[in-house]
Amino acid sequence: MSDWLATILVFLPLAGAILVWLIPFGRIAGSIALLFALAEVGFWINGLFKMDFDSGSVTPSFDQQVTWFSDLDVSYHVGFYAFSFWLAGLAVVVMAAAIAYGFWVGRDRPRAYFGLMLFLTSAVVGVFASQDLLLFYIFFEAMMIPLYVLIGVWGGPGRLGATVKFVIYTMAGSLLMLASVIVFGLTQGTFDLVTAPASDSTWIFLGFAAAFAVKAPLFPLHGWLPDAYRESSPEVAAVLSGVISKAAIFGFIRICFVEFPGPFADFRNLILALAAIGLVYGSLLAFRAPDIRGVIAYSSLAQMGLITIGVFAKGGLGVSGSILQAVNHGLLSASLFLLAGTIERRTSTGSLDRLGGMARGRPALATMIMVTGIIALAVPGSSAFAGEFLILAGVFGTGWGWAVAGAAGMVLAAMYMLRLISAVLHKEPGPAVSDVALDLRPAELGIVVPLVGCLLVLSAWPAAISDNAIGTTLNPGPSSSARANRVNDEPPEGRMDFVPVTIHVSKTR
Amino acid sequence: MIDTPSVDWFALSPSLVGLGAAAICLLSGVFVPRWMLRPFVALVAALGFIGAGVMAALVYIESPNASLEVADAITRDRFAAFVQIVVMGAGLLTVGVSYSARMRRDHIGEYYALLATAAAGMAFLVQASSLMTLFLGLEWFSVCLYVLCAIEIDVVGSLEAGLKYLIIGGMGSAVLLFGSALVYGSTGELGFSAIANATTAHDLTSDPLLLVGLAMILAGLAFKASAAPFHMWTPDVYEGAPTPVTGFMAAATKAVALALALRLLTVGFPDEKDVWTIAVAVLACISLAWGNIAALVQTNVKRLLAYSSISHAGFMLIAISADNSLGGRALLYYLIPYSAISVGAFAVVGARERELGEPVTLANLAGFGWERPLLGFSMATFMLGFAGFPLTGGFMGKFLIFSSASEAGWNWLVIVGVVATLVSLYYYLAVIRAMYMRPAAELGLAPIGGSPPREIMLSGAAFLAMVVNVGSFFAVQPLVDFARGAADALPL
Repeated sequence: MSDWLATILVFLPLAGAILVWLIPFGRIAGSIALLFALAEVGFWINGLFKMDFDSGSVTPSFDQQVTWFSDLDVSYHVGFYAFSFWLAGLAVVVMAAAIAYGFWVGRDRPRAYFGLMLFLTSAVVGVFASQDLLLFYIFFEAMMIPLYVLIGVWGGPGRLGATVKFVIYTMAGSLLMLASVIVFGLTQGTFDLVTAPASDSTWIFLGFAAAFAVKAPLFPLHGWLPDAYRESSPEVAAVLSGVISKAAIFGFIRICFVEFPGPFADFRNLILALAAIGLVYGSLLAFRAPDIRGVIAYSSLAQMGLITIGVFAKGGLGVSGSILQAVNHGLLSASLFLLAGTIERRTSTGSLDRLGGMARGRPALATMIMVTGIIALAVPGSSAFAGEFLILAGVFGTGWGWAVAGAAGMVLAAMYMLRLISAVLHKEPGPAVSDVALDLRPAELGIVVPLVGCLLVLSAWPAAISDNAIGTTLNPGPSSSARANRVNDEPPEGRMDFVPVTIHVSKTR
Repeated sequence: MIDTPSVDWFALSPSLVGLGAAAICLLSGVFVPRWMLRPFVALVAALGFIGAGVMAALVYIESPNASLEVADAITRDRFAAFVQIVVMGAGLLTVGVSYSARMRRDHIGEYYALLATAAAGMAFLVQASSLMTLFLGLEWFSVCLYVLCAIEIDVVGSLEAGLKYLIIGGMGSAVLLFGSALVYGSTGELGFSAIANATTAHDLTSDPLLLVGLAMILAGLAFKASAAPFHMWTPDVYEGAPTPVTGFMAAATKAVALALALRLLTVGFPDEKDVWTIAVAVLACISLAWGNIAALVQTNVKRLLAYSSISHAGFMLIAISADNSLGGRALLYYLIPYSAISVGAFAVVGARERELGEPVTLANLAGFGWERPLLGFSMATFMLGFAGFPLTGGFMGKFLIFSSASEAGWNWLVIVGVVATLVSLYYYLAVIRAMYMRPAAELGLAPIGGSPPREIMLSGAAFLAMVVNVGSFFAVQPLVDFARGAADALPL
């Protein structure tokens, strides 16, 4: 049973999608989808108890492999490492919340809509689970199809332009990745990520890095972001920023870092620089953005920059922090986008000029926005603070300049989050805010509270993730032989000396 | 008294079954009562395609080793049988699509007869192992297609399409024939393997006569495969021809021409490998560039698909230029989803055309996806398949083709292919965008009420094409094994 868990997590939503598409009752499509999404969360929690976080083994947990086509040694190979299991958990929770929101709001053509949402869930979980390069690529691309339709059909007035931009940007990246996938697979003789020897080809690395840099997005490849986040419906925006962007983080860690130790070190400073620019630039844009979604969208750009900084920092501290922060940011931006959606439903605008004073008489809404906002600005004691602190501490050893940029980002985060909170909740009531606009309904609370609850749990116990993020892949305290074998040229750094040493050991270049 | 060679009727059986079905269709026009003519001839043609496909499958099973038959004029091997199965499958789908097409009563029998004859000619062509049979097969199916293009004399543009195809196709055939003459003049041989032997024996590898001849033959085949820069006829003919015929041409003609090009080049000209791999790669690049860029500005969906078919000729030429076993497999594998997608896409276009009574443009596809869920969804999968998205056979085909190019050491060709794919996304997704993301209200059509026409045969064909498209993604291994058996018959 437990070996099947990864497969179940990947294909359960797909089964739900097919069911929703085939059953000719639009009325119950939403309930079925929600049921499947919750079952998915249940399976993930089940996996949480079975997951072996401390194993030093190279093979992932819930490992399952079936040959797909033998000519090129491509297989269906799924499994979870500790860090990817957390990302998958983020995905299933946020997707469930998004589906619930769609259900509550009620979308046109429900069968198509909920089927696509479930299909998207499958693809995202598949990305985090896949241990075969071609399989990874397939899931990575499969995410595009439902997203394209979800934005294009259920999006706002400017949706057509937004989808074109979104598709062209991301496909440009991922087709370069396809070339890299092919060349990597053929030169290494296998597409299996666990057994493939590490490569030191710069070009192949760049193909992968380009795809992930667009997906994350990193500065200057974020051109698609504002339009896509503004024009899609709130729950799709929540998924885009909360979950889809994390596929890039997974790719950076699982593929760029593990499979390309040499080029990873060579390009570290370049990518750190782009991420740092993105962090500061995104924060400034978020501070100047005229609408709620703009603030959240650009803050996503900034946060993804910060998370990428952690991934590319030397030593394990930064990566632990990145995983924690990835989960935090996913939950935060999903909550914020969904809250933005509820505000837009009440005022039919997201423009900050026309909003204000919503706290008066709406305690639930005000509380939710305050709590999320306060966590998002990384107030000490919050989970975001823990994540950002780990990232900054991790990157400090790489270069103190990066840590300064990160700290600047944290200050700016406080500025734009407080601006957002005060513009929406406080000040005089804006022209678009009617006195009869309701407080959050119980159903809306039922969607947002679990997300915020997860954040509060993580605030109380961030170590749940940060101590268990790199357990399986990355064996802390490598043996001396492992040290001798390590292909990474960086010196061991302290207690948290991380790096997927165990994987490198098994790889001969 | 001339010695007659022994004839391997079994090897010829796919062509013969096709011809038999054609003969019955023709005669039915006279003997079968008019009210049942339409279903009857369609059934006969369908059975003919199925029968020919089954015979081809039997030949595939029975011929593990390639052999030259009928005085070395044809090859009996799995390669030919494989392509025959693809052609017959495309033909079968086309019958389903054609059944729903509006067509004059007085030539229904002839229509299906020509279709079956064309398929028989294609089946004959892929078996060709001599320049003589090559030309014979080429003209055989081309003449059928000339007539099929022009058969709907009521449709504006059909006659024009037929005439254009006739003239330019004739030009292509002439070039091919002239090239054959040059090759014969240089080597004194007509058989593919005899040419190769003579080239080696007399050290003709850099003989200008032979190389010019090879270039002209390649150009002639590129005409048929509509590879740029020999594609000028494609958009006009595809636009003007009756839509089911267009689908058949896009699928089968291209498949046969490319498969034959692979056979001719590898069997007949192995010594000139250095020359033709480059030449084919260049053709591939030009086709990819031209097809994709020209498709970007198309609004008429048939023209758009015509340019897309030019770019797909480019993709498949990549596999040929790789000149390795993986390339052979990749080409053959790709033919399966590609043929299904082509016929299916034109089937959907045909359905919309009948609904509106005017040429289908991107603008008047608005709302189509929601009005006709099955056809719309099929069309969406076809477009994703053309664009090479995962979960469609098109992705696997492209993946294998790029892999073969990479294995041949031509990573630059992979990059070209990837960039071309990126460009192509714009127009393929434009079709999906038009179908699903634009409300039908934009069209301003007068509401006529009632449900859309029930075109069971057409919907069935589109559904089948979709199943092939998606199924070939998951069933890669068996299909690639199947293609491997076929590709191993060639000296790759």
